[in-house]
Amino acid sequence: MSFLDILSGLSREQLRMALYSTSPAQVEAAIEGEQGNLSHLLALLSPAAEEYLEPMAQRAAALTRQRFGHNIGLYLPLYLSNLCANECDYCGFTMSNKLKRKVLSHDELAAEMAVIKPQGFDSILLVSGEHETKVGIDYFAEVLPLVKAEFSHVAMEVQPLSREHYEILVEKGLDAVMLYQETYDPETYRKHHLRGNKQDYGYRLESPERIAQAGVDKIGLGVLLGLDDWRMDALLMGYHLDYLERRFWRSRYSISLPRLRPCVGGITPKVQLTDKGLVQLICAFRLFNEQLEISLSTRETPSLRDDLLGLGITQMSAGSRTEPGGYVNPAAQLDQFEISDERSAAEVASVLRSRGFTPVWKDWEAGWIGAG
Amino acid sequence: MLTIGDSRFSSRLFTGTGKFASSDQMLAALAASGSQLVTLAMKRLDLKAGFDDILAPIRQSGVKLLPNTSGARNAKEAIFAAELAREVLGTSWIKLEIHPDPKYLMPDPIETFNAAKVLCERGFTVLPYVHADPVLCRNLESVGCAAVMPLGSPIGSNRGLETAAFLKIIIEQAKVPVVVDAGIGSPSQAMAAMEMGASAVLVNTAIAASRDPVKMALCFADAVATGRKAYEAGLAQVHQRAIGTSPQQALTAFLSE
Repeated sequence: MSFLDILSGLSREQLRMALYSTSPAQVEAAIEGEQGNLSHLLALLSPAAEEYLEPMAQRAAALTRQRFGHNIGLYLPLYLSNLCANECDYCGFTMSNKLKRKVLSHDELAAEMAVIKPQGFDSILLVSGEHETKVGIDYFAEVLPLVKAEFSHVAMEVQPLSREHYEILVEKGLDAVMLYQETYDPETYRKHHLRGNKQDYGYRLESPERIAQAGVDKIGLGVLLGLDDWRMDALLMGYHLDYLERRFWRSRYSISLPRLRPCVGGITPKVQLTDKGLVQLICAFRLFNEQLEISLSTRETPSLRDDLLGLGITQMSAGSRTEPGGYVNPAAQLDQFEISDERSAAEVASVLRSRGFTPVWKDWEAGWIGAG
Repeated sequence: MLTIGDSRFSSRLFTGTGKFASSDQMLAALAASGSQLVTLAMKRLDLKAGFDDILAPIRQSGVKLLPNTSGARNAKEAIFAAELAREVLGTSWIKLEIHPDPKYLMPDPIETFNAAKVLCERGFTVLPYVHADPVLCRNLESVGCAAVMPLGSPIGSNRGLETAAFLKIIIEQAKVPVVVDAGIGSPSQAMAAMEMGASAVLVNTAIAASRDPVKMALCFADAVATGRKAYEAGLAQVHQRAIGTSPQQALTAFLSE
């Protein structure tokens, strides 16, 4: 049974009612409870839990320190292309946007890596728009070995692929795939995805299963917070995570919590997720899953990012550029979204140290992991 | 003195190097612990860049390195990691860790046994991290492991000696040192392991994630030393009931009739 079947069998209305009628006693029980309990996750995401942010944060911080110590992993996104065959009204890469489109050539890719590598990064996230014909499996299979020669850990955030294609990429050194559902509400999903393959909600939803079956070590889930009611979307992401962990126990999981940000020609968020809400989300997921990796992008402001450290965040990007070629040529203005934290990697690393965290550049060995 | 392979240790507290707030803090805690054997993850070392925040300071401190294969998901990867460690760090000591389950990091007994066998044949001093499984420990001993490292409870959980019943059997049977690894969360738990007869304990999270790692390292050092002394002194017999009280119905009274 795929997660699409599970999700179709859930009554959203019942879940919504449960979320909005959670009692303080249920929140208190959830804060004290063992991990892995979906009703507890529901209670922790409820409006009632807003009154319990401090005890949630205390427990989340303790659990994070227990599992991850004082380590914060650092990674960087590398945009391969901004070509896109989808029309999505929240994204700067959307097909109808008048942008200069480009796909990095091998030389341009090498030039980008030559700027990134000396900053200390050993973990990279390859990002592209979704353009199956021009930036598809052939291109990925070509560039992956080039990237793997420079970075121990290589993740990808591109269009969903078939299991066979993921298998090809695993052979070439792919370690992780980030694939965000954007929203778990099919109606809202339909409204924001107006053209292209991304309109296929079900294919996207079942992708993490194919990724796991292909033997990818780490799988990242995410929703674009603000497209729909973030409490519901986060809860359903919890269901998704629970489904995947039970069936595909050899993979690690991470979540990202991107808030909808303004972009060229984009929309304003339907449901505003406040800073307080973001803290609630991070703490709720840490209490739900002590081992979950939680990553935070440069969409958030420096001061908020610094304050969120320790609550549950395990990975951060720093010094990001969100346009292809942006590390060599930072003025290109082809961004996917606006960056709020403009600090360099070195600056972020020094803030981490001053706050009692160890920036971790490398936590993976390309030379022998995957040797099997 | 504890002897493992060709080395002798006066401290029976082994420590880890992960999870500290800084390398300075790690070094200070290691010094306070008196530990002479520290484990470090091969996957954390940046061998390409030629700089790293872990290895250089530990090397300077002069303690013996126990590289581990953390991150390996099967025997093949672990063997690769061990060979890499021998080549790069110049030590044939290896803490064999194979966990295909990234959530609870449960050691895989089958892959661990297979890897241990190969590594022992290739001349490594192998210390395998395993469940508290007495039969597995005997099998690992028979293929030449220098010690066995059964877990007290899930790694990083600080839950103590939840496997105590099985640890006792392992300690009773083992002909190689038994190092209780994983799950020890407080000095009293470390002391309990030592009183039980463990040869040593390995502690990381409980020190690194404490509010004052240096102070906590000192506490563990004391606890381990005391626990060992108590074991050597021989704990007095524990009785379930008072001896000498007259039972309600004497079962052996007929002998004197």
